[in-house]
Amino acid sequence: MTATAPAEPNDRMLLLAVRRGDEAAFASLIDRYHPSLVRIATLFVRDYETAEEVAQETWIGVLKGLDRFEERSSFRTWLFSILTNQAKRRGERERRIVPFAALSRPADGDAEPAVDPDRFIPPGEEWAGYWASPPRDLVENPERALLSAEAQAVIDAAIAALPPNQQAVIRLRDVEGWEAADVCNALGLTATHQRVLLHRARSRVRQAIEPYVEQRAVLADG
Amino acid sequence: MGDTDVMNCQEFVELVTDYLEGALSPADQARFEAHLDYCDPCIVYIEEMRLTIGAVGRLSERDLAPAARDQLLAAFRDWKRTA
Ligand SMILES: [Zn+2]
Repeated sequence: MTATAPAEPNDRMLLLAVRRGDEAAFASLIDRYHPSLVRIATLFVRDYETAEEVAQETWIGVLKGLDRFEERSSFRTWLFSILTNQAKRRGERERRIVPFAALSRPADGDAEPAVDPDRFIPPGEEWAGYWASPPRDLVENPERALLSAEAQAVIDAAIAALPPNQQAVIRLRDVEGWEAADVCNALGLTATHQRVLLHRARSRVRQAIEPYVEQRAVLADG
Repeated sequence: MGDTDVMNCQEFVELVTDYLEGALSPADQARFEAHLDYCDPCIVYIEEMRLTIGAVGRLSERDLAPAARDQLLAAFRDWKRTA
């Protein structure tokens, strides 16, 4: 579904061509991965310009390390490991980096409920734990409603407000389209913790899109 | 929560991601699906989670200007000369 899920053999063929000095092959890899590299770099550094620089340094790292690339790992995994090393090095120089450990460490927000408990019937009552204020019916074309500039800005803001670990997981999983196992490897997470973080993150964003996808309440006064 | 408990909505919303990830035990998956059979608000809820995933996924379509392309290709030519 997402833009970056290319077949692995293609990457390898391109890489072999790059080793032979094929500039067009290198350009193809840049076109395929550079936007994703910049987006991922923004997880580690605080501004877009620095992220762009880190992504560029990553490509230089690719050229320098071409002979050392082992075919056992996927190109994408290798590319990402170069990126994180560049980002860490940059962080040591500028002390502006998001600490890498913050991406794998449990954070306060991890234990928050997916939905405000006030929206359910309280314990002790009949139907405890069932919706007291349920979601309303969806609007006719909710996908289109989410394409409005306002909804996009709300989604951006909801993601930006997440703790770093949740933000890293939702962006790698749902924006970049990575498999769960790859995210666990990259961030040093267990499978269970990765799912917890993904759940918190998606739940927060779901909450933010409610006003755009649900029908408005019918006003009781006539 | 025992396997035979009926699942309520508050438990349901906490298990949506595990369900979508295929990480529920067979017993919990059966309880989850049983809840979906009769609870319309939770059908809306899981649909909203799917909408969320789709909307977040579309962020990758916002193209970034390939400002670095020319610079990087120049670096490639340097590398080729010296390699
Ligand atoms: Zn329910």
